[in-house]
Parts: sequence; C-alpha cells; structure tokens
Amino acid sequence: MKIDCKHVWEYISAYIDGDVDSLLRAEIDRHLEHCEICSAVLDSTRNVVVLLADQRVFEIPAGYGERLHQRLTEFLDAEPT
Amino acid sequence: MNQINSERLGPNEAMATIARIQAGEKELFHSLVRPVERAVFLMLFMLLRNETDAEDAAQETFIKIYRNLHAFRGDAKFSTWVLSIARNEGLALLRKRSRHPEEPLEVQPDEKGGDYTPALLTDWREVPLEALERGQLRECLSRAVLNLPPKYREVVQLRDIDELDVQETAVILGITAGAVKVRLHRARTMLQKELVPVLRSYAPQRRGFWGRRV
Repeated sequence: MKIDCKHVWEYISAYIDGDVDSLLRAEIDRHLEHCEICSAVLDSTRNVVVLLADQRVFEIPAGYGERLHQRLTEFLDAEPT
Repeated sequence: MNQINSERLGPNEAMATIARIQAGEKELFHSLVRPVERAVFLMLFMLLRNETDAEDAAQETFIKIYRNLHAFRGDAKFSTWVLSIARNEGLALLRKRSRHPEEPLEVQPDEKGGDYTPALLTDWREVPLEALERGQLRECLSRAVLNLPPKYREVVQLRDIDELDVQETAVILGITAGAVKVRLHRARTMLQKELVPVLRSYAPQRRGFWGRRV
C-alpha cells in the first residue's frame, strides 16, 4: 500500500495520539521521510497540541479557588449534617 | 501534567470519601473537588465565554454536586460525573440566555465532507513552550479555541486542554469514541490552519550561515 498526502492528513490526529496500527504507522513514516509538506503539517499540528496542553494558555481568574472554597464553606456550614 | 490527571480520584476512592462526607465529615468535600475545580471552570468558560459567568456557574455547579452526591454510583470516574454535571449546567444557562441560542450545540451531524484541509507549508520550526511567556501568544491560542464551533471547541477542551482520554470525553459529551476522534481531528486541523501563520512569528529565528536552527 502506498499512501498519498491527503490520506496522510486524514490520519494526522490519530498519528499524534498513537492511535494508528503499526502497518499504517510504517506507511505514514515512509511517506513522511520524503514529503516535506506532510512532515511540516504533522509537526505544526503536534506543536499546536503541545502548546494547548500548557496551563498558561487558559488561565483561571486569580482567586477563583479561594472564592470557590469560601462559598463552599459558607454553604456547608449552613447545611444540616 | 494537568491537575485533573495527576490527582483525580478513582471511583472507589471517591465513593469512600463521599461515604465519609455523608456520615458527617462535610469538610472533606473541599478535597474531593479540588482536583476538578480547574476543569469545571474551563468547561463553563468554554460554553459561556465569560469569566464572571463561568465562575458563578462553577460555584453553583459544586453546590449542585454536593446535593447530588448520593447519585454518584461509582460506575464512572468522579471527574467524568462532575464534568457531565458542569456541562449540563452550562448548557442550561446558555438556553436561559436566549430562547434562540446563536450557536446550538448539536446542529450539524458528523457528516462526511466539509473542508478540513490543513495549512500547507514546507518546513516548520517548533514554537517552544517558553514562548508562552508572551501574553500575545497565549491570547492567540485561546482565541482560536474559543472561536471554534461549539462541538469542536468542547472536544479540544476535554482532549487537548484537560487531557482526558477518548472514552471519558465520549461519556461526558454523550457521543461515541469514534465521533470524539472525528471531531478532534477536524478541530485540530482547523486550529492548525488558523494558527500556523501566527505561530510562525514565535518560532526561533534561523541563525548562522548554515541555517542552523536554534
């Protein structure tokens, strides 16, 4: 089986997640060895995924945890045991 | 690693803690929910797209969770159960906001077709995590996610931001694992397309005569 670029793009996300079987992975790897475009598409997509996982991208408002637990303390104190 | 992954309780530990809370150790509720408080805020922020509304909704969600602790049966992870409740809370608030919501969540089926072609380029210089020190970059990334259609946004949130597995994501969203993968693939492609031109300017510049990458 020989795969083309469009075929590779369909599996980019699964490839990043390690969710392709070994045969397909080998086929994609062979394609990537000589295809600059697909290599760059893979690298850039993986780069986006890595950056998004960083907690700095979506910051929680300062004091969120304190305000939440303060509210919960007030609520729990008022709840019958 | 995100807090939700490193500290979250297995169903049995959660059940044991809940039993103690119900037996009178109410204050244990704080430690029960601490590992999921960030993910609950994010879930509500992704739906409501407003920090103040998301924080208020998060507080209400946790109170609702306390009142419904008896309904947790331990057949899913505690975090899965909590995030499902948070999502329902957020969706209910969205419905309340407008009788004709601008963006109903489940309009398009996962039909074949649509243009999910990535941005094509011939080389990529990696943007390192240190670049996230720049607020402008964080802003670009978060805006790109918030601008995704809702059904793609929530999959990115659970899989790529909260780093939950496919199965847990599927349970929270009430869809199949296959649908999670399809949506995530499309969402990542949309994000790649949108972000590649922006991210390029944050990659380290080539330096030196031989084009050595730094």
